[in-house]
Amino acid sequence: MPNLSLEASLTQSRDSGKKLLVPYVTGGLGDWVEIVHAVIDAGADAVEVGIPFSDPIMDGPTIQEASQRAIEGGATPTGILSEIKKADFGVPIAVMTYYNIVYHAGHQRFASTLSDCGISGSIIPDLQLDEAREWIAQADSSGIDNVLLAAPSTPTQRIKALVDATRGFIYGVGLMGVTGERASLSSSSTEVARVLKAHTTKPVLIGVGVSNPSQAEEVVRIADGAIVGSALVRRMLEGQGPSGAYAFISELRKAIDSLKP
Amino acid sequence: MSLMNTPSSSGRFGDFGGRFVPESLMPACLELEEVFNQAWNDPEFLGEYHRILREYGGRPTPVTRLGRLSSHLGVEVLIKREDLAHTGSHKINNVIGQALLTKRMGKKRMIAETGAGQHGVATATAAALLGLECVVYMGEVDVKRQALNVFRMKLLGADVIPVSSGSRTLKDAINEAMREWVTSVESTHYCIGSVMGPHPYPYMVRQFQRIIGDEAYEQTRVMLDGEVPDYVVACVGGGSNAAGTFAGFIDSRSRLIGVEPEGGAAINNGIPGIVHGMRSNLLQDDVGQVLEAHSISAGLDYPGVGPEHSYLSSIGRAEYVTACDQEVLEALQLVSRLEGIIPALEPAHAMAWLIREAGKKIPAGSTVLVTMSGRGDKDAETVAEILGGGI
Repeated sequence: MPNLSLEASLTQSRDSGKKLLVPYVTGGLGDWVEIVHAVIDAGADAVEVGIPFSDPIMDGPTIQEASQRAIEGGATPTGILSEIKKADFGVPIAVMTYYNIVYHAGHQRFASTLSDCGISGSIIPDLQLDEAREWIAQADSSGIDNVLLAAPSTPTQRIKALVDATRGFIYGVGLMGVTGERASLSSSSTEVARVLKAHTTKPVLIGVGVSNPSQAEEVVRIADGAIVGSALVRRMLEGQGPSGAYAFISELRKAIDSLKP
Repeated sequence: MSLMNTPSSSGRFGDFGGRFVPESLMPACLELEEVFNQAWNDPEFLGEYHRILREYGGRPTPVTRLGRLSSHLGVEVLIKREDLAHTGSHKINNVIGQALLTKRMGKKRMIAETGAGQHGVATATAAALLGLECVVYMGEVDVKRQALNVFRMKLLGADVIPVSSGSRTLKDAINEAMREWVTSVESTHYCIGSVMGPHPYPYMVRQFQRIIGDEAYEQTRVMLDGEVPDYVVACVGGGSNAAGTFAGFIDSRSRLIGVEPEGGAAINNGIPGIVHGMRSNLLQDDVGQVLEAHSISAGLDYPGVGPEHSYLSSIGRAEYVTACDQEVLEALQLVSRLEGIIPALEPAHAMAWLIREAGKKIPAGSTVLVTMSGRGDKDAETVAEILGGGI
């Protein structure tokens, strides 16, 4: 069976009038496989699975702690990938990691392993477009959609290049900062969403600083979907388990579904 | 064309370097590259940079002939006295340059990482001089072992933020400074302390440090009757004093030697990888997690190395060797007793290699220039504790 295409799948859902919800789960942390099942049961359209890296410069304290705990607990890239293969989640899975993990394995080997494990996408926050061309070509040829990020600081000319080169969706970074929960949604989140929507028909998802149902609802008024990471990972760290994850993602689902097109 | 010229437009030295940063930081990296290139060709900027280093920084620093050590070793030892520069190390050369760039970009605040505290002190100093705000990130472990420098930074008006993530040393201080920079990039310049990070930092910092090698080249030619030293030796953590020193001798016949700490020898024991915005040699495990370095010297306690050093090693122009903690301690004491100069633990690595290899790899009668990148006051407590008895 061919892998579920991230872009085709998300575009289809978006075009059917649905807002998209993509939770982030730190791979290798505790009962993460059950958590992924739970968030899918709660209505996730795709799931981002983090492969922990020792030096995650785009992540705030929550995901740093989750990454460190997972690594100390013996999590490895191949271990996480083979769990994904075994689990066969039924929605598109994108791995989120840092470039050294990819580079260390080698582009070709990493891309074919992802493909072999039924993974549809990659998100590598420290691999910006100018350095990403070789990886994108390799990912393309293995059927992996490499998702690029656009930031509030990105100038218009570069936005055009980013939406052109991204696959799967364009990941709008909601604020100038690292991942983590915030008390309120940054105004830059909707601004980034607006700019990206004006430049592409690919799905526009906003992540970083989207922490609760009302913030998710607010951001999908403009964007096609929301990515929620730290708020979910904090619940994992607190030991809320699959039922806690299910309840939280269900709330988010309900909030963004309540939005009338 | 010189081997240490400008990197490619993507910031490459051979296969090394580049710009592996979050998208949020790309505009700042591109702006910095443009502003630096303009400034570096602007006589007014260069005039100001050299004036401050002369009138305030104590440049040019002398080259000293170490008579008693030379007799002891049977080779002729000269040292470039960066320990005599203001703030006690070569770090002042770089921070004056970057502080001037900060003002040129209209920014009012600098952040910096520091390991030994020398770069933090230098940044706090430049910030005080030029009226900029300054925040320094420092691993908790280093805050403890370099308490004197923490106090100096505070006296100079800087905020020191202890970093408790990861190994709580230099590597994590850099991560935390980068995370903060993503948040504050509009108003803030990240003043990186070594020839590392995303392009243009490795190139820019080398240019600000090349004053060491350019001066030393002229000075040693006078002292050696028109000759250059047979060996030019410097310690390498990130590698800024070595890059600055090598730049002055790259086109000469001098053999260039970088001395890494045994527990943090990225070129000797690492393989190419990506961390802190650059591709360079990196200590990492078998899946690509970055390993912690372990060195007696906080300033060299770093698992990576500047990309230009990886390049110089790959083409064989510079040679990289190691020194262990024990020989470093012995070197520090020997130089102190014979010459009345207490080296910092970092340049004591360069001295340790020289002392070990004089008359062996370094033929008797050779001439050797060592960059004395900083003075040892800051390490007194660490050394006293190890030697027993404390201060």
